[in-house]
Amino acid sequence: MNIEVRQPVHGAKDSGKARVGIFDCDIHPKSSLEDLRPYLSNRWWDYLQTYGQRQRHGYVKGFPYPKSQPLASRRDSWPPGGGLPASDLDFMRQQHLDFYGIEWGIMNPLSPTGQGEQNDELSAAMAFAANEYQLEGWNRREPRLKASVVIPYENGEMSRAEIRKRTGDRRFAHVLFLSRTSELLGKRRYWPIFEAAVEAGFPIGVHVFGSSGRPMSNTGWPSFYIEEITEHSASLAASVTSLIVEGVFERHPELKIVLIEAGFAWIPSLGWRLDQNWKRMRDEVPHLRRAPSEYLREHFWVSTQPMEEAEEPDHVLDVMAWIGWDKILFASDYPHWDFDDPFVALPPSLSEERRNKIYSGNAKALYRLD
Amino acid sequence: MAKHVVAAVADIPPGTRRLTQVNGRAIVVFNLGGEFFALNNRCPHRGGSLFHGKQTGLVESDGPGNYRYSRPGEIEYTKLGEIIRCPWHGWEFDIRTGQSWCDPKRVRVRQYAVSIEPGEALVQGPYVAESFPVSVENDYVVVEA
Repeated sequence: MNIEVRQPVHGAKDSGKARVGIFDCDIHPKSSLEDLRPYLSNRWWDYLQTYGQRQRHGYVKGFPYPKSQPLASRRDSWPPGGGLPASDLDFMRQQHLDFYGIEWGIMNPLSPTGQGEQNDELSAAMAFAANEYQLEGWNRREPRLKASVVIPYENGEMSRAEIRKRTGDRRFAHVLFLSRTSELLGKRRYWPIFEAAVEAGFPIGVHVFGSSGRPMSNTGWPSFYIEEITEHSASLAASVTSLIVEGVFERHPELKIVLIEAGFAWIPSLGWRLDQNWKRMRDEVPHLRRAPSEYLREHFWVSTQPMEEAEEPDHVLDVMAWIGWDKILFASDYPHWDFDDPFVALPPSLSEERRNKIYSGNAKALYRLD
Repeated sequence: MAKHVVAAVADIPPGTRRLTQVNGRAIVVFNLGGEFFALNNRCPHRGGSLFHGKQTGLVESDGPGNYRYSRPGEIEYTKLGEIIRCPWHGWEFDIRTGQSWCDPKRVRVRQYAVSIEPGEALVQGPYVAESFPVSVENDYVVVEA
């Protein structure tokens, strides 16, 4: 017997509240290497078939899988017609885009994209192919899905070239980094990327994961997946600190950074700690003209998923208030297992106005959409 | 609460589960070795469809390094086949009680009473058999919801 499982019953339950179209800032369409083939030169296709990728991850295949659920995906997200989760646009529409009334979503492809690849030339070729495939394989068929500019971020100049190719193309929403860069994100090797993003008017999205070649923690490799997934925020906190302290925002006052899938409750305490230490050693970093927390509040946006689940939901609201009600963007992470359901993810006591900002208004303002 | 005929007993063999709709409510019925249990299909955490979850057991430990093995190399589960894990965030629920394993005092899946009734009793009513043919010679799963 085949039953349509999830009926859109939520609307009835929440009928007292008007619901705006949702802007989902983190959707993961799945592509295969074969999908990218039309956009790769014969040179790189042959190379991939002969030598494969070399990620910054030692001589192992990559991250340990499965992650909690098969392919780190919701068990109900495998398309009935076959294929991997989020590889079938029709099923993605049925289960996610149409079901939740997603007005607009950002695709953040994770693999295969060549990001973090050791061979810069291959990384650039794969990034280009991943961008073309987002347009042809997804955006052309479903314009609600906006693309990310995938860049070979370990090479600043090659990344700049890819960003320039996409400048002015409104099908792209932002420039995509993974969080596990080989050096802290504020280091000057990445500055050409920030410069190019500002020139093109793109925010930078930093999505957790990637292969830095270093452990997630700064004290060695964790034993458990529960450690890995928890330490994303600690790992990213180091790069956020680096971006601020290196003076990136003094150099690029227009730069906007979106932290994706990193949680956000750690952000106020990072700001407090940075400010405390800045008052004591300001002269070490005299290029900072303001307290570190001011850069943090001005230049960073956060996506909601995975929302911290506090025993007292209002504690999460206090954190959101510190970060800024204009800086919080809804994200589902579809189809991954730690997906947040747009209908129930936000704390129930949020006001209508703030709810609407998080669901769509903030993203519209940031990404300059009508 | 009305009683609803949701399936013939033979349609839900031991170790399997079936998703049913009762008054527009999605309810998943489990057969644990001949005993039937009915839970609301909606995970109380964030709403995942429990029917799509993994039916498993509990891995337990008395302390770091102490896993229980039933045979060398084989971790022993307690409540084997009696735990349903949400297909999204992996929360574990006891199918017999609907209780969350990590937070049993505060979180539970709504449970419904289930009984097995012979077809000859059902054809006389007062049961509700929505678009479901009932014949005298079979036994049926009846959910009170």
